[in-house]
Amino acid sequence: MEIVQYVLNGLVLGALIALPALGLTLIFSVQGFVNFSVAAQMSVGAYAGWYAATSLGFPFPAVLATAFLVPGLLGVAADRIALDPIRRNGGGNVALMLAVTSIALNLVLENGLRFIFGSDLNSFDLPLERDIRFLGLSVGPQQLRNLAIALSIAAALAAFFSLTRWGKAMRAVADNADLARLKGISPKKLAAVATFIGMGLAGIGGALLAIDTSVDPSTGTRLILIIFAASVLGGLTSLPGAVLGALLIGVLGEAALVVMPPVYQSLTAFLAILLILLIRPNGLFAGVGGVRR
Amino acid sequence: MIAYLTFIATVTGIYAILAMGLVVSWGQGGMVNLGIVGFFGLGAYASAILVGTGAPIGLGWLFAMLVAGLVGVAFCLLTRTLRGDYLAIVTLGFAEAMRLVEMNERWLTNGSDGISGIPAPLKAELGTAYPWFFLVLIWVIVGIAFVVLRRVFASPFGRALRAVRDDEQVAGVAGKSVLRLKYQAFGIGAALAGLAGAAYAHFISFIAPDNFALQLTILIFLAATAGGHTRLAGAIAGSFLVMAILEGTRFLAGTVPGLTAVQVASLRELAIAAMLIVILQLRPEGLFGTVNQKTGTDNVQADGKPRLATN
Repeated sequence: MEIVQYVLNGLVLGALIALPALGLTLIFSVQGFVNFSVAAQMSVGAYAGWYAATSLGFPFPAVLATAFLVPGLLGVAADRIALDPIRRNGGGNVALMLAVTSIALNLVLENGLRFIFGSDLNSFDLPLERDIRFLGLSVGPQQLRNLAIALSIAAALAAFFSLTRWGKAMRAVADNADLARLKGISPKKLAAVATFIGMGLAGIGGALLAIDTSVDPSTGTRLILIIFAASVLGGLTSLPGAVLGALLIGVLGEAALVVMPPVYQSLTAFLAILLILLIRPNGLFAGVGGVRR
Repeated sequence: MIAYLTFIATVTGIYAILAMGLVVSWGQGGMVNLGIVGFFGLGAYASAILVGTGAPIGLGWLFAMLVAGLVGVAFCLLTRTLRGDYLAIVTLGFAEAMRLVEMNERWLTNGSDGISGIPAPLKAELGTAYPWFFLVLIWVIVGIAFVVLRRVFASPFGRALRAVRDDEQVAGVAGKSVLRLKYQAFGIGAALAGLAGAAYAHFISFIAPDNFALQLTILIFLAATAGGHTRLAGAIAGSFLVMAILEGTRFLAGTVPGLTAVQVASLRELAIAAMLIVILQLRPEGLFGTVNQKTGTDNVQADGKPRLATN
């Protein structure tokens, strides 16, 4: 029965990681580079939600909305200010330069948060709730809520991509930007929308994590590796893959507790990346390519 | 004051070695090593542990270079069929994984307590002259690396490497062994980072996992980029620039009122990261700019025209 508890814990963790992983995958598919700053935007969303909940007294849905909008808008602004000039410079290795710049951007955002809020942990001051117990398993009610929210957001996103015009246009740009341009779709506008949604998702993930535990400026950056592992496992361009990859990484990380000490959970993520790259670089669930040269 | 200056001058030398390593793998080879701090830490711990078991210090440094170089080669081989970003991601993950291993494998690395009392070369014999000795030692190493690498870059190996950097397919079609060139270049860069780590460990005499954080990677990137990431001289100049910024902003706390220590620290890091972004935007070639290596004088006639078969 213990293994089922581990799996459950893993699913809960994976659900949280799924949102920033989705953001990373989305931005990668539409813009073609790994935007490391999703990690810091998780922290931004966590702080935005925390501030909205504790200082402004917003109700829960408004807290989530704030956690989505603030990183989303900040992400688009940062993209415009920090990353666009790099794109314009061109050169052979734009994707790589953008990735490096996004790491610097990540540090800028993280330190900006630290400057404003300090290094201390902050929590939502929610009343403590007892774990729900069933079938010999236990899970926190907030964790269940997080799981539900994450999965419903993922489902909403799936609907967005298959049913709406914007969504289909984004998939078109991800597939072939030039052909999409021929059809009158503006890759620049879509890139902005993708960044907005991607960072917003990371922000919600951060807020949900903060509600369950706490928030400090390094919250997101600590999870950078596991988020990538989730995206890479799912295939960097596959959105459903990102969610499945995240759940899988969560479960793997928890299952590894059977054999490894807890601090090595991030190491599991790294090993997972290495293993996947060795065996199946396209990712376990990948659809469209974009991995091989 | 003098002790302070010799100290930062020595650390600048260590940064210069790191930055030159980046020039080799990134500037000349086109491979971004986002895990420099991981190789730095690997070298530091490898040397500290080996010397801890009684080996001579020089052997420790060589061992550090070897271990770091081999790991670098391994990563390069692992990602050989994938896009450039994947090597970057894997090396970033490696740096983080290194930090975790350093922190948790207490039997090997003493965990977060770190390894202290790392022997410094000839410290007891030299007494007060020791800082000068180490300063000179580091810069002699920088000088040797500079001269050796310069020759390597001017050699056929260097030309082939740059061809691979600029266009792999063409280089491959021209018969160059692309993979071998890449892993050699990456391995050299990683080995240099390992050497810098070993030097650091024996200089400071104490290392802990916290010394090896992502911020250092950004710092070295700034050093390499500011000077021109393809130029060795640029890497050295960039290290001075970065050290000047680091130490210059340290005194910020006194001048700007009303800021807490945490705020000053975060402002400094923010400034460094922002500076990297600005330089990448405005002048990615850096201070020194790129240099086109010429093929040699016998292809040019006395009047400056190229020597063609029809002339």
